Amino acid sequence: MTQRAFARVIDLEQVSVRELNQALHDLGPDSNATSWQVLHPRGRHALAVGVDADLTIEIDGHAGYYCAGMNQRATLIVRGNVGVGVAENMMSGFVHVHGDASQAAGATARGGMLVIDGNAAARCGISLKGADIVVKGSVGHMSAFMAQAGTLVVLGDAGDSLGDSIYEAHLYVRGTVAGLGADCIEKPFADRHRAELHAKLQQAGLAGQVEVAAFRRYGSARQLYHFHVDHADAY
Amino acid sequence: MCGIVGLFAKDAALEAELGAHLATMLASLGDRGPDSAGFAVYAPPIGDATKLTLRGPAGYDFAALAAGLRGRLAGTIGIQPRGTHAVLAVPPAEEATARAALATLAPELVVVGAGHRMELYKEVGAPAEVARQFDLAHMQGSHGIGHTRMATESAVTTDGAHPYSTGPDQCLVHNGSLSNHNAIRRELRRLGYGFATENDTEVAAVYLTAKLHDGLSLQAALQGSLHDLDGFYTFVVGTETGFAVLRDPIACKPAVMAETDRFVAFGTEYRALADLPGIEQARVWEPEPATVYQWDRRRDLRA
Repeated sequence: MTQRAFARVIDLEQVSVRELNQALHDLGPDSNATSWQVLHPRGRHALAVGVDADLTIEIDGHAGYYCAGMNQRATLIVRGNVGVGVAENMMSGFVHVHGDASQAAGATARGGMLVIDGNAAARCGISLKGADIVVKGSVGHMSAFMAQAGTLVVLGDAGDSLGDSIYEAHLYVRGTVAGLGADCIEKPFADRHRAELHAKLQQAGLAGQVEVAAFRRYGSARQLYHFHVDHADAY
Repeated sequence: MCGIVGLFAKDAALEAELGAHLATMLASLGDRGPDSAGFAVYAPPIGDATKLTLRGPAGYDFAALAAGLRGRLAGTIGIQPRGTHAVLAVPPAEEATARAALATLAPELVVVGAGHRMELYKEVGAPAEVARQFDLAHMQGSHGIGHTRMATESAVTTDGAHPYSTGPDQCLVHNGSLSNHNAIRRELRRLGYGFATENDTEVAAVYLTAKLHDGLSLQAALQGSLHDLDGFYTFVVGTETGFAVLRDPIACKPAVMAETDRFVAFGTEYRALADLPGIEQARVWEPEPATVYQWDRRRDLRA
């Protein structure tokens, strides 16, 4: 295997997280330093947060909370696990976690794609607002809680109360669902959903590896979020 | 907030380093709990003696206390001071006499823990400093648990610091807050259990002590707490040979575990585990909600 050359290598045993993030924020639009490597993350929080540039950043180990938060445009690769809230409020770009993710992965994310090779814990995609999340393992309870837009694709199983109080996000689960949350139902799989799921799997690098027909689709019954006097007791 | 750490040696060779690892883990979660810190270490037994961990005012003359106790107790008495605490070793048959004598001779002392192996230390202050005061880095043991506290339910005092020990060789640390602790405390008082504080965590500790006293296994006692204790919690529990972890069903409080051939470790955050030997090859995972994880030296110690 050939060693990849990085334009910049940041060792967090030598510089602080704040210096790392500042250096990433200070890059001008014409910078040639488009590939970065971060060494010795050791579970530190807020790594590569608020990046708004066409970069590739590889984090060589486990990251702490809010890794890649508010990401725009950048590609982040974490060669390890991530703590709470990876890619929280991501706007665009691509975040790929090679290990597991803790709670609230991709929370409130508006755009871009988050791929988790392992499992994601509780509340994955909570309040999702347009991003796409692909979890190759399973997700914990209350995933896609109040999810408004975007997609959550789970190759494994989903925990209890999937999609509780969901708005218009699209959920695709290949394994079992422990239970659906309030106003979340299984929905028919139309051609456009097959096309959407196929496109997301392809984008996540899973084209040809996963059978679209093996998934079931879940979404909003739309009974809860429009006020209806007959449902007043449910509010 | 608050931080919890725990380390259980599966390899007896790790026991000599247990305190050093626990001290590093505790310090790494200092900013999750800067108010106070504490730890319990399951150290080598002193013969068949019962160890009473005592807490006294700064500068307390524990050697003089031991001299005073020797006239009142039968058998060999040992004392090992550590900062504001000391471990008093007494023959098991003399434990009640020792407690009564302590109450008379030294009413300013508090017995914070008792057991065959367990020693328990806690103080107000930054966790790294608390570990240093007690020289945790040089302690040996089979397993240990620690806590860094950001107070929410009660005041910043040494009594409010964790761990809580309410039974022989039993201790518990808690991240979270219990909402029905007053009701559970009333019920446990009715059954004859005493409480030293108004702290919610002490209620969880006494709850487990009561269940263990009733003959339940640690696994079953923790399973019962899922039904009886309401609130947010991650518990890490130690017994003479056991080490257990439980998160409430909602699992708001973060938790990470790691296991290798040599150890099982718990940290509120991965940062607490980052310095453990061989962590790069460890199985690292987030414990499932409402699931009891338990290890026991009688079963899990490597031959």
